Amino acid sequence: MCAAPDQDTLPALEVGKGEAVVHGTVRRGGEGVPGAYVRLLDGTGEFTAEVQTSATGYFRFYAAAGDWTLRALAPGTSVDVAVTAAQGEAVEATVEIPV
Amino acid sequence: MSRTDVLVDADWVEAHLDDPKVVLVEVDEDVSAYDRGHIQGAVRLDWKTELQDQVRRDFVDKDQFEQLLSQKGIGNDDTVVLYGGNNNWFAAYAYWYFTLYGHADVKLMDGGRKKWELDGRELSDEVPSREKTQYTAQEQDKTIRAFRDEVVDAIGSKNLVDVRSPDEFSGKLSAPAHLPQEQAQVNGHIPTAINIPWSKLANDDGTFKSDDEIRKIYADAGLDTSKPTIAYCRIGERSSHSWFALRELLGEQDVKNYDGSWTEYGSLVGVPVEKDV
Repeated sequence: MCAAPDQDTLPALEVGKGEAVVHGTVRRGGEGVPGAYVRLLDGTGEFTAEVQTSATGYFRFYAAAGDWTLRALAPGTSVDVAVTAAQGEAVEATVEIPV
Repeated sequence: MSRTDVLVDADWVEAHLDDPKVVLVEVDEDVSAYDRGHIQGAVRLDWKTELQDQVRRDFVDKDQFEQLLSQKGIGNDDTVVLYGGNNNWFAAYAYWYFTLYGHADVKLMDGGRKKWELDGRELSDEVPSREKTQYTAQEQDKTIRAFRDEVVDAIGSKNLVDVRSPDEFSGKLSAPAHLPQEQAQVNGHIPTAINIPWSKLANDDGTFKSDDEIRKIYADAGLDTSKPTIAYCRIGERSSHSWFALRELLGEQDVKNYDGSWTEYGSLVGVPVEKDV
């Protein structure tokens, strides 16, 4: 299916040979932000996927190797973080949104 | 038909929360979203267990749709306002589905759950109880639904609009990037299809861009509006979102949604496929 899996019930992280995982946490003042929207944009800025963070602020994307931008949306704010994913690896990112 | 006939904003919905002729319906891929709070008075519709036949790959038939809507307490003369998560993908799918079965007055709430949440608007835990109705559906309007043979025939003659992300279109990915890549069908796209991702039509908060902006996006991508158009994605819900923009917002007349989409086409034997990577 096309849509986002519940980020609270994700399986344990296993990165397959052909996969490149981008995952991390949205935080505000050190605390995880649940229910924030995280968009994954490709190297040209094109939207690729979006999930809503779990109860602890966690998000995970199964992407491909390359440069990506994570954009976190919460009421009144939008924050971008650049990440580079590599095949067979998981890259972790923290997106800090203003208090 | 104008934009405001088919698309209402969150303020309109708040102003109609107690309107007995307006039925809010939440449709999510993740059906548990409703349990985490929904707009006051909204009923839940499960796109998978309630809108799909549970044996064959097809929709519930007219009788079953009538029973479903009667059970939900939705009447023929009610204004149905659909909204949901994932930038309204499944709400748009339900909009197309309600239109397929001829519901007279159906609207989409612009931006869906995301816009509502980002606005900081109130969500409710209360599950409404609605009195049962005697709903009567129409036969499916096949002028808005494309099947595989028509899609194969459309190669090189009609507009085929692939609304998936560029990486899915090129064949680099077989599914959206937030899902494990375990699909078995071939990757790629239908020859002569143009790639106009659904996301180009929407703002970050999930609301649709203006009609003029959307018209320009399609024109720049080379859509020939003098020809009929078939939109597809992976299972037909993102393409419902684009179908909504083309037919309901821009008023294009001959636009169909191919709900079989890539999960069907990419598994067909003997059909042409283009792959760019």
